[in-house]
This record gives sequence, structure tokens and C-alpha cells, in this order.
Amino acid sequence: MIFLAEWWDLRDLGNPVGKLLELLGDHGPDWLPYVVSAMVGSITIVVFLLVSLLAFAWVERRLLGRIQGRLGPNRVGPWGVFQSIADAIKFVTKEAITSRNVDRWMFWSAPVLVAVPVLVVFAVLPFGEGMVLADLNVGVLFVIAVGSVTAIPIFMAGWSSNNKFSLLGAMREVAMLISYELPQVLALLGVVVFAGTMRMSGIVGWQDEHNTWLIFLQPLAVLIYLIAGTVEINRTPTDIAEAESEIVAGYHTEYSGIKFGMFWLTEYFAGFAITAIIATVYLGGWTLWGLEEWVPGWIIFLAKLYGLFWLFIWMRGTLPRLRIDQLMGFAWKFLLPVALINIFVAGLEVLIWRENDLAAEVVLPGFAIANLVLAGVLIVVWGRFLGRARPSWRPARARLVKELGAVIYGQES
Amino acid sequence: MDDVGSVVAFWMLAVMTVGAAVMVVAVRNLIYAVLFLILSFIGVAGLYLTLSADFVAIAQILIYAGAVSVLILFAVLLTPRAARDNAETFLQVPGLVLAALVGVTIGAIALVTDWNEAARGAFPETAGAIGEALLDKYVLPFEIASVILLVAMIGAIVLVRED
Repeated sequence: MIFLAEWWDLRDLGNPVGKLLELLGDHGPDWLPYVVSAMVGSITIVVFLLVSLLAFAWVERRLLGRIQGRLGPNRVGPWGVFQSIADAIKFVTKEAITSRNVDRWMFWSAPVLVAVPVLVVFAVLPFGEGMVLADLNVGVLFVIAVGSVTAIPIFMAGWSSNNKFSLLGAMREVAMLISYELPQVLALLGVVVFAGTMRMSGIVGWQDEHNTWLIFLQPLAVLIYLIAGTVEINRTPTDIAEAESEIVAGYHTEYSGIKFGMFWLTEYFAGFAITAIIATVYLGGWTLWGLEEWVPGWIIFLAKLYGLFWLFIWMRGTLPRLRIDQLMGFAWKFLLPVALINIFVAGLEVLIWRENDLAAEVVLPGFAIANLVLAGVLIVVWGRFLGRARPSWRPARARLVKELGAVIYGQES
Repeated sequence: MDDVGSVVAFWMLAVMTVGAAVMVVAVRNLIYAVLFLILSFIGVAGLYLTLSADFVAIAQILIYAGAVSVLILFAVLLTPRAARDNAETFLQVPGLVLAALVGVTIGAIALVTDWNEAARGAFPETAGAIGEALLDKYVLPFEIASVILLVAMIGAIVLVRED
């Protein structure tokens, strides 16, 4: 992007920041550029998230309205565009009730802590070439590790509320997070096997170098990651942790006002995080087959991110909620074995490729077709197999063990 | 440990780790103890980062803060009277003896060890080297460990199976 290299050219946001840092490095102490770049990066990420949130809180409700054959919010401003601002004002001004018997310390710290892991994920995701807060060489692992910590604040919220519905919701959420972490990790491992690096910008660079997206090489992994990601961000097909028809509102039953707002906001942020990870890892991040020469990379990245978020909204509007035993069984009996086979095949392919020194142009299309066929065959065959393996004496009602979300098939009633 | 930044980071992380560890023993509420334990785990991960052990630091968060702590939380929750006072334990004397032994051992090692600081530049990435070591030189221990884990997993499934 040579012709964009002037500092005032906002099409490449890195330029003015780079100039500013150079200026500070020349005239100030050594540590100043580091501190300033960290602050600029953090503030940019938070602002981006808040603006996206305001936009998509409205877009989602309008789109859901369309899917469900109604209007959606249309009173505040033209087409209701200021609805999310009105909602934000409501969140801030409403009383944040603290019930008498809650554990105060945990009850107050949970909504604060819950946003932290989600925000931290964005630190390793590149918005454009060089536009990344911390380009860790273990980026993929970092994303997984931070995602695994999200269970703790949610658990704190559920336990401290001193409410059985909250505790049930927290239990479900934690059980879900633990179960779906495995297929998620295995799906991302396939990418690491192909790209040979865990650095996020390295993965994007690999896709750019080979003129492909990893979605073509790992179609099954994308599907698995999409499902596991939906579970992790707790959106409607899988929002059993706050299923209002079963357990009031799950772990945030007792929360109101801005404290509830933090949970709601974190859910959206987590949605953006998952879509951003998919866009970076499987859809080539800021690259679009040469278009990044003409359009700034961050616009391409954001377009992919928002497009994926539309997909999540679509899923929410069209799929019914699952039961907890269905969801857990799906993770362990379907996603996990299929992901294991997928990672095995990916490793085999890379081994064949590296050992025989084959040309990438010849090998990669072959792998793409083979993996697509494999994905289709695996899904169909494993689905059939699971259907066969289902017990013929299916219980009339599956009883839940409240501890772990496991299912006990009781006597026929 | 030459520049100010890493010294400041070390002391902050050390205070956080040790302080949280002390709180684990001091608080009476068992759930609070587990949460402080998680904080301590995260502090240790930060200490690994200051030692340029990036892979180990992230693995520490993933395994200890993410997985082991959740397991402990579940265990505490499923234990009756978990959240209440846990002071009346009959294991006080053995616990104190064990703590004293560990303290003496660590102290002795700290005194005996020759704390030379090797001259060093920037550290290389560790993830690849660890992977190669695990699958090349130490492949047998690695495989044995994974087989043991598999056996434990199957054993757990067999234990809770009811039919």
C-alpha cells in the first residue's frame, strides 16, 4: 500500500499512529511509545466494540423482526435506529438492585470481570496488516486459554446470586463451556497444522501466500468451530444457560440495571470475538485476493466480521432451542469424534505434502476437494451411526442430574 | 532483570501470586479460597511471561485457571457445607507438618543454588521447540503420560456408568 503511505491518509489507520509513535520515540523517554501504542490499541478496540454493539443491537432486532414477520423497533428515530441508544440509557439509569442474601463481593465483581476475557481476545486479532495490539506467537492458544477462563465470572454470578435458577444456569454454562472447548480446540488445531504457526498474523499470511482460505481446506473444522462458538457465546439455538422457558434468566436472574447490561454487552462482545476469530483464521482476515491493495485491510476484515454476525442472527431467528442433554450429547458423541478424524486427516495431508515436496498449487486444491468430500461423508455417516446407536427404549422424559448436566435414562413412565 | 519494566512487573506479579496464595489459606469461605487460587494461578502465568516462557504461561492459564479450577469449583459445590466455615478440620497437624517440610525444602534449595544470571539476549519462540522435544527426544514419557490419562478417563467413565 505504497500510495497510501501519507500519515493523514485515514484509509490506512496505521500511518498516523505510526507517525505519532515515531514522534514520541524521538522526543520522549524510551517507554513512552510502548505505553501510548498500548493505550491507542486498547481504546480503539473498545470503541470499535461499543460502536458495533450499538449498531448490531438494532440490526439484530430488526432482522429478527423480519424473520418473524413483524416490524421490530421502529419508533425511536427513522426505522428505529436510535433504539440501542435508548436501551443504553435505560440500562444506565435503571436501579441495579442487590438482593439481601447475595454474596456482595462476588455479586458485584462478577459483571465487571465477565467482560475482561472477551476484551482481551481482541488483543491478538489483526484488524489489518500490522494492526494488531499484541502479535503473540502463541495467538491461537491464547484465544483458547482466554476463552476457557470465561466460565469463572459466570460461575461467580450464578453462585453469589443465592438463587437456584442462577446456580442452575451457571452450572449449565460451565458444563457447556467445558464440553465445547474440546471440539473448538481440535477445530483450531487443524488450522495450526496447515499453517505451521500459531501466530494470528502468520495464519493470515499463510492464506495470503497460498491464495486460499482455510475454510476450503478445513470445511468440517469451520462447521465445528461455528457450532462450538455459538455455544460459547450462548446465543439462541444453544442458550440453555439462560433459557427463559426453563430457568427464568439463568445466571443473571438476579441482576438488573447496568449490572445486567454488562452481561448483555459481554454476550455481544463475545459474538464479535467468535466472528473475528473465524474471519481471521478461516476466511483470510484482512486479505481478499488482491483487493487489499486498493481497500484498507481493516474494512475487508470488518466486512467479513459483520457478515458472519449476520449469519449468527439468522441462526438465532430460525433454529429452535436445544435441550441440555441434546447439546451435551452432540458435543461428546458427534463433534468430538468427527473433529478427531478431521485433525488426523489434516495431519496426514500435511505430512504427505511436506515429505514429498509437492507443489502447493497442485496439492491444495486436491486437499480441498478431498476434505469437502470427507466432511460430507463424515457428517452423513456419523449422523446415521448415531441414529442407529440411539437406545430403542428411549425414555419418555430425560431426567437431568443437576450437578453436571448428564442424563440419566430412568424407568419407562 | 536489567530494565525497570520487568522488575516492576515481577514484583507486582509476585505480590499478587503470594498474596492470593496466602488468602487461599486464610479465608474461611471455600468458594473464595478457590477464586483466590485462580488469581494465584494467573499470577504464576504472568511470572512465566516475565521469564519469556510464552507457551508455558498460556498453558498455565488454559489448564490451571481454565480447567483445573473449574473442576475444583464443581468439587466444592458438590460437597455439603462447602461454602460455610471450614475451620474445624482434623487435618490441621499433618497439614502444618507438610507445609513446614515444603518450606524447609524450598528454603534449602534457595540457599544452596548458585544464582548466577546468564548473559542472554532475546529469547527464541518456545512453542516449536517444546513440540519437537515432546515428539522426538521425550516421546516415550509423553506417550506414557497420555496413556495414563486415557486410562484415568476410561476409569472415570466406568465408575459413573450405571447399568
